[in-house]
Amino acid sequence: MNYEKFINERAKNIKPSGIRKFFEIVEQRKDVISLGVGEPDFDTPWGSREAAVRSIRKGMTHYTSNYGLLQLRELISEYYKKRYNCDYDCKSEILTTTGASEAIDLALRAVCENGDEILIPEPSYVSYCPCVVLAGANPVAVKCNAETEFKLVADELEKYITDKTKALILPYPNNPTGAIMERKYLEKVAETAIKHDILIISDEIYSELTYNEEGHTSIASLPNMKERTIVINGFSKAFAMTGWRLGYVLAPKELLHAMYKIHQYTMLCAPTISQYAGIESLKQGFEDDFTSVTEMRDQYDMRRRFVVKELNSMGLKCFTPRGAFYVFPCLSSLGMTGEEFASRLLEEECVAVVPGSAFGESGEYFVRISYAYSMKNLEIALQKIADFVKKIKSEIK
Amino acid sequence: MNKLQKNIIKLLKEDARYGYAKIATMLGCDEDTVKEAVTELESKGIIVKYTAIINNEKTGEEFGDALIEVRVTPQARRGFDAIAEKIYKFDDVKAVFLMSGTYDLAITLECKTAKDVALFVSERLSAIDGVVGTSTHFIMKKYKDGGVIFEDDESSKRLSVSE
Repeated sequence: MNYEKFINERAKNIKPSGIRKFFEIVEQRKDVISLGVGEPDFDTPWGSREAAVRSIRKGMTHYTSNYGLLQLRELISEYYKKRYNCDYDCKSEILTTTGASEAIDLALRAVCENGDEILIPEPSYVSYCPCVVLAGANPVAVKCNAETEFKLVADELEKYITDKTKALILPYPNNPTGAIMERKYLEKVAETAIKHDILIISDEIYSELTYNEEGHTSIASLPNMKERTIVINGFSKAFAMTGWRLGYVLAPKELLHAMYKIHQYTMLCAPTISQYAGIESLKQGFEDDFTSVTEMRDQYDMRRRFVVKELNSMGLKCFTPRGAFYVFPCLSSLGMTGEEFASRLLEEECVAVVPGSAFGESGEYFVRISYAYSMKNLEIALQKIADFVKKIKSEIK
Repeated sequence: MNKLQKNIIKLLKEDARYGYAKIATMLGCDEDTVKEAVTELESKGIIVKYTAIINNEKTGEEFGDALIEVRVTPQARRGFDAIAEKIYKFDDVKAVFLMSGTYDLAITLECKTAKDVALFVSERLSAIDGVVGTSTHFIMKKYKDGGVIFEDDESSKRLSVSE
């Protein structure tokens, strides 16, 4: 059977995720302490789990509106107003999706045309490039670097804009670097976007995990930006609901309508049970002023400080990330690539970290370390990494 | 108690061995501030002791742990205190609590053997003036203690590596 002729070129040309490849290797070994995870180590709060179970028992197992339950959209609208000062109408500007992943795909499929260029800050989350390609456009990597704490600098961005540029993906707080974009940086990017009339696709999935006084700023809240921004967010990280597959898009109604049409035919609706759980998560949040979210963030904050200090002490240069739950140390002092470091670390110390190259060429000399683990695991893993680094340094001498 | 002290207490309860330097890193302040805060908490009697939580089943040694409900003759508040004092003087008595409900005092006891527990109840506890009744429950198995689950199975619910 000749499958080659049946599989389309785009699907053929997508490279398998570098993370998956590494995952296969890690799974084969026993007793690995993995720092390679991309999801919180908290379980979904009981209240939300119970709300979902209740909805199952009541037989609420049918389709919902394509847009998602109205009550959920109302709460999402309230949430974005309260937390990030953005106004989105729950009936025409909000779409509930099957994870923020679906939202990314919808946004790109609604927007991309053959020949369009979509700018993606690099290193970046693994899904953006393939989704741009699948949508028929060309991904253009905007290389960011450690000197500017992996922020997107507007002057740099200018260099990549051509007359084919349709949109910029703005993923902050960032996976894998942990970088954030404070207001003053967003303002510059906004200026550039307005000047060149490009869209912003703002992936804000880690918005609640921002570790500074200011908190997360959504570019959509800046003057004249709502009209050209598609905001993507979801329940996975903020409410520890990764497996529930619940996300949402916030966009001006014309853009939302295009995405809604695709979603209507391809997904129909986000999982109903998850929507009920999501309602409970937001209701609970409003009731306790999001203290459980804040407490989770404070927990991560402590671990973040600890991990950064340890990495810097052992000579792995690492800027202090202020978002998500990742640290992105540089390996240039060891003269190793991320892949070499990660393979040897796994082989010799049974600790798994993700090679930075999985996130783009700019990540070649870096590794991504996740701190979504207990302090106990982090202490053990970092001690092993420290021993490993010492060994490598003595080999270099 | 200020916010820093509350956070320090949370961390020390999690692991008393973190140490000032680590706590300072985690809370984003300097070591001296942590040391001062801890010293104050200790001197005020808020932090009373640092200890280790042991899983006795894994030591291979015999042990006798019990929870005992004690009923005492109803007296004015001072009366409870006097009896409690007589009970908590014993080293094997690890905890004495005044309780609401059908009995008055709850005691936890850690002896070398179950027989020692029985002897303690019959010869020491029951003999105390004011104790009218006891109900002894032997702890058969500890699933969780001090906030830690003892069961061996730590299989992760998450994929080891993910996006």
